[in-house]
Amino acid sequence: MSTSSAVAPPRRHAKRYRAPAPLGGRRRPPGGGRRGRVAAAFLLPASAILVAFVGWPIVSVVWLSFTDASGLGQSSWVGLANYREIFADDDIRTAVTNTVVYTVMFTPVVVLLALGLALLMNSPRLPLRSALRTALFMPVVVSLGVVAIAWSYLLDPNIGLLDHWLGKVGLNIGNVLEDPTWAMPAVVGVAVWKNVGFYMVIFLAGLQGIPRHLYEAARVDGAGRWQSFRRVTLPMLSNTTAFVLIIAVIAALQAFDQIYVMTAGGPYRKTTTIVMQIYESGFTDLRLGFASALSLLLLAATLILSALQLLFFGRREKDVAG
Amino acid sequence: MIATLRRGATLTALLACAAAVLLPLAWILTTSFKTTADINAFPPALLPRDFTTANYSGITEQLAFGRLLLNTVVFAGGVTVLALAFDSMAAYALARIDFRGRSLVLVAILATLMVPFQATLVPVYRLVNELGLVNTYPGMILPRAADAFGIFLLRQFFLSIPRDLDSAARMDGASEFRIFRSIVLPNAKPALLTLALFVFMNNWNDLLWPLVFTTDDDMRTLTAGLALLTGKFGVVDHGLVMAGAVISMAPLIVLFLLVQRRFIEGISTTGIK
Repeated sequence: MSTSSAVAPPRRHAKRYRAPAPLGGRRRPPGGGRRGRVAAAFLLPASAILVAFVGWPIVSVVWLSFTDASGLGQSSWVGLANYREIFADDDIRTAVTNTVVYTVMFTPVVVLLALGLALLMNSPRLPLRSALRTALFMPVVVSLGVVAIAWSYLLDPNIGLLDHWLGKVGLNIGNVLEDPTWAMPAVVGVAVWKNVGFYMVIFLAGLQGIPRHLYEAARVDGAGRWQSFRRVTLPMLSNTTAFVLIIAVIAALQAFDQIYVMTAGGPYRKTTTIVMQIYESGFTDLRLGFASALSLLLLAATLILSALQLLFFGRREKDVAG
Repeated sequence: MIATLRRGATLTALLACAAAVLLPLAWILTTSFKTTADINAFPPALLPRDFTTANYSGITEQLAFGRLLLNTVVFAGGVTVLALAFDSMAAYALARIDFRGRSLVLVAILATLMVPFQATLVPVYRLVNELGLVNTYPGMILPRAADAFGIFLLRQFFLSIPRDLDSAARMDGASEFRIFRSIVLPNAKPALLTLALFVFMNNWNDLLWPLVFTTDDDMRTLTAGLALLTGKFGVVDHGLVMAGAVISMAPLIVLFLLVQRRFIEGISTTGIK
């Protein structure tokens, strides 16, 4: 970011006044028509893909949401019927509620855990630091869909190891994945397991970016550990925290893999999230029009959060550059 | 003295967390070497009581496992190769060529960064279906053959490569494509490798995408195939599935262990998976 803004103004200036090219350099044609064509050639493959598979689908999803399109045959315009159904349907209300519940459970837990782990990992002269980091990061590189199979099995009330171990210390969790109260915390827990190392690494980078002299100054002023955490670490980390919070919320809104594998949205739809519902309506029931209306709901929520993210990300970049 | 105690406590806490985090992965590995009787025995134990490799030969017969592995390699590899080529070309134009409307193009590309693929899955599926590409490699690969994040990441990196190099080449009459291929790309190896790792990992691991774009059991990826295996039969042979899980996760874990510093630094500097 900083490079581009540092370079851009003189270039624009040069263009406006058509400054002569430096001596000895080949003079470029004015107006840049040739450069425009070369640039277009370089941009063509990527933009064709993005237009066809992101741009056009956005237009298409809006249009489809007003139709009764199905997998096959003709589709006709149904006006706001899909939207009326979304707001009237109990199942959809459940899916929206579940997504909110999932997000509210997932975000604070994963962010606090990641921050806590990063703080521990950042302590001076810690032995085994890189081995620990590798271990904690490992879940990030494996497939959530595949690991979720092992998690269901770990939690199995008959042959599961976790169930057995927790039973030994007096925690009889029972069949959590069949339990309407505990199924959601279970799938959220798996997502926390999967993502905590990822957010921890971002926090670690943030922590390492805090200048040491700030801590020294705080110590000179008589600040204890808690004080310097409260007055130096937390404020210096606020942009990183905001960034992690937003990407965690966006990830929560897209929850699908472990739910599909572990509970298939049950029991009693208690773990059916919006993306599960889109998959079910669109690809099991083949109600593409209705699923499109649902998709727009997800899109709107994500766009709002991404706008916030850009705001914070821009700030973070500036901080890093400054 | 207090510092040593504190360090000991910190280390103990972190070791406990690491053990907890690794438990499911260890469980997958040890279970894949257990016999069916051992798996169903009470009480369950982490380590196998009778060591067997039968699950590994069993899984290759149960699923068209070789085929699933091939599909996964072609899908994740294909997306990676194409996305790297197309993203770097677009990034070159956006970082190195002054053309009218450049910032507009950049903003348009960045805007697509905000659209989650789940939200456009339905129309993308319809499009791929109309093109007759469901259950084909091109149908799975093409929609992902370029992505805004990759373009943005590479553009940022290309901006940091000194421009003196290309002006010298231009003076020698080198074409724009030549400068791209022989000056910018070789200097951008770290960024290209980081991007390749992320793209490969995300596609290798993805579940929803292959579920939607394949309906033939023969076209599934490992993740989708294993997920469906547990769903379809209800009661599964855990040993078999865990052997399959080990095979599907091993390449990424090995890759990660080999280049973990780049992996982790890539994430902490870009903040995006």
